[in-house]
Amino acid sequence: MDVLVCIKRVPAVGASIQLSADATAVDTRHLGFTIGPHEECAVEEAVRIADRTGGSAGVLTVGPPEADEQLRYAMSMGADHAVRVEAPVADPDPEVTAAAVVGALPDLRPYDLVLFGEASADAGHAQVGFRVAAALGRPVVGGVKGIEVDEGRVRLERHVPDGVEVHEAPLPAVAAVLEGLNLPRYPTIKGRLRAKKAPVRVLDGPAVTGGLRTLRLRHRPEARAETVVLGRGAAAAPAVADVLAELGMVR
Amino acid sequence: MVLAMIERDGEGVLTAASAEVLAAARDLADSLGGSVGAVAVGDPGDLPDDLVKRGVSTLHLLRHELLADSEAATVGEALAQLVAAERPVAVLAAAGDASTEAMAGAAARLGVPLATACTAIRPGIRPGQPWEVTRERAGGILLEDAELDAPIRFCTLGTGTRTPTETAAAADVTVRAFVPELDATVPRARLIERRARASGMTLATAPVVVSGGRGVGSAEGYAVLEELAGLVGGAVGCSRVATNNGWRPHADQVGLTGTRVSPDLYIACGISGATQHWVGCMNARSILAVNTDPEAPMVSRATWAVIGDVHEVLPAVVEELRRRSGG
Amino acid sequence: MTTFPDRAQVVVIGAGIVGNAVVHHLARLGWREILLVDKGPLPDPGGSTGHASNFIFPVDHSREITLLTGDSARQYAELGTLTTCGGIEVARTPERVQELDRRMSSATAWGIDAELISPAEVADKVPFLDPSPLLGAFWTPSVAVVDPLRAGELMRERATAAGALTVSALTEVLAVDTEDGRVRRVRTDRGDVETEYVVVACGVWSPRIAALAGATIPLTPAVHQMIDVGPIAELAETGREIAFPIIRDMDPFMYERQSGADLEIGSYAHRPILCDPDDIPSNAAAALSPTQLPFTADDFDPQMEAALELFAGILDRPDAGIRHAINGLLSLTPDGHPLLGETPEVAGLWSAAAVWIKEGPGVGRLIAEWMTAGVPEIDPHAADVARFAPHERTRRHVRARAAEGYNKTYGIIHPREQWSSDRGARRSPFSPREEALGAEFFEVAGWERPQWYRANEPLVAELGVEDRPHEWDARWWSPIINAEHLAMRRGVAMIDLSAFAQFDVSGPGALAYLQHLTVAQMDRPVGRVIYTPVLGPDGGFRSDLTVVRLGQSHFRVVTGGSDGARDLHWFTRHLPADGSVALADLTSAVCTLGVWGPRARDVLAAVTDDDVSDAAFRFGTARTVMVGSIPVLALRLSYVGELGWELHAPTECGLRLWDEIAAAGQEHGIVPAGIGVYGTTARIEKGYRLMGHELDGEHGPVEAGLALPGLKAADFVGKAAYTKAREGEPEATLCTLTLDASAHRRYPQGGEPVLTVDGARITDRRGRPSYVTSAGAAPSLGTHLLMAYLPPWHAVEGTGLLVEYLGERYPVTVARVGRMPLFDPDDARMR
Repeated sequence: MDVLVCIKRVPAVGASIQLSADATAVDTRHLGFTIGPHEECAVEEAVRIADRTGGSAGVLTVGPPEADEQLRYAMSMGADHAVRVEAPVADPDPEVTAAAVVGALPDLRPYDLVLFGEASADAGHAQVGFRVAAALGRPVVGGVKGIEVDEGRVRLERHVPDGVEVHEAPLPAVAAVLEGLNLPRYPTIKGRLRAKKAPVRVLDGPAVTGGLRTLRLRHRPEARAETVVLGRGAAAAPAVADVLAELGMVR
Repeated sequence: MVLAMIERDGEGVLTAASAEVLAAARDLADSLGGSVGAVAVGDPGDLPDDLVKRGVSTLHLLRHELLADSEAATVGEALAQLVAAERPVAVLAAAGDASTEAMAGAAARLGVPLATACTAIRPGIRPGQPWEVTRERAGGILLEDAELDAPIRFCTLGTGTRTPTETAAAADVTVRAFVPELDATVPRARLIERRARASGMTLATAPVVVSGGRGVGSAEGYAVLEELAGLVGGAVGCSRVATNNGWRPHADQVGLTGTRVSPDLYIACGISGATQHWVGCMNARSILAVNTDPEAPMVSRATWAVIGDVHEVLPAVVEELRRRSGG
Repeated sequence: MTTFPDRAQVVVIGAGIVGNAVVHHLARLGWREILLVDKGPLPDPGGSTGHASNFIFPVDHSREITLLTGDSARQYAELGTLTTCGGIEVARTPERVQELDRRMSSATAWGIDAELISPAEVADKVPFLDPSPLLGAFWTPSVAVVDPLRAGELMRERATAAGALTVSALTEVLAVDTEDGRVRRVRTDRGDVETEYVVVACGVWSPRIAALAGATIPLTPAVHQMIDVGPIAELAETGREIAFPIIRDMDPFMYERQSGADLEIGSYAHRPILCDPDDIPSNAAAALSPTQLPFTADDFDPQMEAALELFAGILDRPDAGIRHAINGLLSLTPDGHPLLGETPEVAGLWSAAAVWIKEGPGVGRLIAEWMTAGVPEIDPHAADVARFAPHERTRRHVRARAAEGYNKTYGIIHPREQWSSDRGARRSPFSPREEALGAEFFEVAGWERPQWYRANEPLVAELGVEDRPHEWDARWWSPIINAEHLAMRRGVAMIDLSAFAQFDVSGPGALAYLQHLTVAQMDRPVGRVIYTPVLGPDGGFRSDLTVVRLGQSHFRVVTGGSDGARDLHWFTRHLPADGSVALADLTSAVCTLGVWGPRARDVLAAVTDDDVSDAAFRFGTARTVMVGSIPVLALRLSYVGELGWELHAPTECGLRLWDEIAAAGQEHGIVPAGIGVYGTTARIEKGYRLMGHELDGEHGPVEAGLALPGLKAADFVGKAAYTKAREGEPEATLCTLTLDASAHRRYPQGGEPVLTVDGARITDRRGRPSYVTSAGAAPSLGTHLLMAYLPPWHAVEGTGLLVEYLGERYPVTVARVGRMPLFDPDDARMR
């Protein structure tokens, strides 16, 4: 089975996020880049499926040449080929990203399963996979935390607030997955060395624009009250119990 | 017309999130001088009686046998057809898995953008002008003001955006069935099994969450957190460090890529408070941090803090609670 | 939380291993009201201490660094924060095998237990290592891993328990106020504190903090990459942080060490990645910590391949993942040495920066001793923050040298190796002529000085000078040096000495001031040239230099280029507060040309109308003569053992001076000679001592053979110790040794251990080892000379000893004990 995972280059942020001077983007001068945890799980799953079925696991991103770093990271985890679609603008909106993915697919091998992370770790639009599925006219399930593939079909476990749903779809299909799907592996040294030499196929992006345009970013206003220190170590237990009682959580 | 896509829970009652969406739709319709339509899947049930109090004039019910057990994308396909027929100025839904998926599918089919996780929607001053929305990014620690330029504005709303209100403008709710044209030969995912979560406290709904991070130190270390959670009627959560170390299942993870919780009290034990985790618990009403490092971000953001080791502080708290309850 | 004080005896900025060690030792030495501040949280404020590799390899070619490292290891052990695991430096190339031989010699010289072992023995000690790429290895059993964060906590606890220390974390220094060039106050976001002393122990942030006071700490943050690969069953099974020796894979510039279940791989091979102190992110904005920058994977790939060659067995496993990878920041300096001591710009502002984990506690002790007693036990000569010329303190120079030096971290550095970046900052006025003569320029303090002249190549054959057959011996060397030497002794040579640092001392207090700083009697007639040691308070050498009395209250101080900046700092700090002495740095205003050789007087007489006969111009005097139309201050003295003068002229007249001397010298066979002659061959034949080699803080004038016949009445720095030393027998005496002919044309270069004929180390009663302080050819004597301090039982002329050089031991003979030179012992040629 051939699986494609769509990933996004996102900054690895610290405890506070700095913004660029014009506040339209995160200031990434001091930051490294990564892929989100959902996407790491998607790559891990694709590699496992490819291993199990003797298929291939590809990764695709829509982004600038710097995003090759994330493609190679995914390849060092075991993905065997990589595609980068040139982004027409920096951090394209979801319509553009979906169009880029859809536009690239006919140039690539026919995949049985296309995986997305549920949402990117930075913008969090949470929709590219569904747009791609709609454009392709293929089934799609989101919130996936379990994948079982079988002759021509896939079973997808989807977590909903009150339980678990199992969906079944004919292949090819699209899924948006959540962290917890698996425990992704770390890249290996051999994997990294292989990934470094592996080619990245570069395709042109679409000449479209989307209808959602970032004007500015800002920090969420945080109501900071002074922390009340109840005490140190075990001696603080009565004060903690008082707080719990005050909140009505214990008698 | 502003169209609001709504959902019902297992008992057929309008969800809290959908109530918020209706309130926001009403506000928007008022400011634009239009009406509010609601859209739901299936039978009307008690909905019309509820919706009449919420200023809804029309309830569109999507009805098709394929909608019963198809994936959200099929709902999106139906929604797209309804929107094409009704031409609302905006379509709102609650941010959340199923709604977002349906909205994304519909927006894709109509060729329009979708702004997810919005906290505010500001229509353009003149018709045809782009609207401006404020949406959450990076799990909500950042807000993004964005221009939404489309003939029909698709937005999903984050919870807590708008307090639901009942309106006095009570008129009848017109109920209309809308039967979409869905091709039965098109490949679709179908729901084949539904397993209810074992009853009990869920992380998302628990009034108290006792959560542990690196400072707990081991899988066994969570026993005392379980014990405290039992005493205060709460659930146990954890940080990503705990999941990555295999101390807790991923279902317990609070954070950007785990569960977002909004309990009355979040007890953060040995959690430093990295952004990834913070966005998962920042909506808690109050936070008690237990940490050896008085300068940890979680401590400085907490309502109360105890400086000390989890395994010294928690057993003492448990003992104190038992003593007070006389047990 | 304790209240923030408004007064402190000393404020130490930075709570990494260095700052913690400084406060601990200051408290131990009796300082009170010590305030330690850090911008970050404790115990890990986010600097390099928090992410370092934490291992200690005790052997270094530098004695100073070896002593600091050894002291640090003892302190870590005493705090219970040291785990001995052993360490192995491995060689993959023949050149590295030779370098390991040199390492072994350094280990012997400094008395550290070590052994050269075979690749098979490496595999015995580290069973998962594939020894097939290896040619040899250097095993040091005392290599250890330390816990600097815990050590720092314990040191703070001790200082706090002594009632000496207030610690204030999360406190940002906003300003350091100075008055009259002295520290007065530190302003922080928690309040202002009055203080006379500030120690900057801020690692990569040090330049920023120093700049707040108007001082420079010339370092640049630079990246050192590290990754952790695991889990690896063999390592996890040990259940220990480290159970196997650390491997330093020297040729690919990298190391591998166990870290729990992981193998940590670190690299000094990648391109230099420098950053600016101002660009380091805050604790909050950094993803990991401010000094752990995002990993740049491309830079590390060659190291992964090299690591696989040795550790394929454990690294090439699907479950052994790269679990952690960082671009860690460390501090690089223009010459690779630490930056210690009081900054020359601001009194009371001390630097304790550019220090590795392995030196941290030792540096803490050194700084505390230095601040308390005015001199530390370990001579900080090469680490003194005051050692730099102004241009060496600039961002451009620091970055250029740091970029060049980064890959030297594990490199093979020849003792004479020259830098190639940012050269040519200081040139003498003679340089156009020197370049035309094919000068090979060596650098000192930024000055370009001819080491030899290719134009003199024909002299090599003419004078029958032999080349050196071994490449290492001949590297950064030329037989032309020996030819220039012989030509000078035969006729006359001219030598560019413009790199000399020169200070003018004048004013009513000038004599008393100089008397206080020098050993020799300064109250001599006007026109006298006085050579004098300059001592530290403990009687060890601080400098040695020449003073010329130009007037009743007017003196000229002439000192070596390499120590000029340190000497200027010393002289400046001792100026009286009453303004009775003026000190002016004339280094750039004056150029110096030495003219020496049997025909020197003929040459000088040809260009001046002044009487330069011996009767009119005695040895040891100075006067102004006219060379053509140029006023020249001529000093009749010699460091090369020949008749002649140092000619000091205004810089702008230099080129004319050169041309006049060259023209007049032509008929006398004058040759230009380089510093190879001046600094090594001629000097060593005459047994002259060189600061930083023979002369250091560990030895005084009596041991160096430089004690003066009389003891002046005036008090001077170090007098008590000097007086005491004169009264007793020296524990060691500086000797000149000849290399026996059986050395088969190998040429030790300095730093080698001197051993007994049985191969035993030699130490004096104070534990100081005997090692070669200088070595060089003696062309006029037809031998190779070495200098070394020897204890009395070996300091006997005719005694046979051994010198270990590159793995071989060569017989040497003690030829002179004390000052008397081997060449022209009566100094007849100079007089």
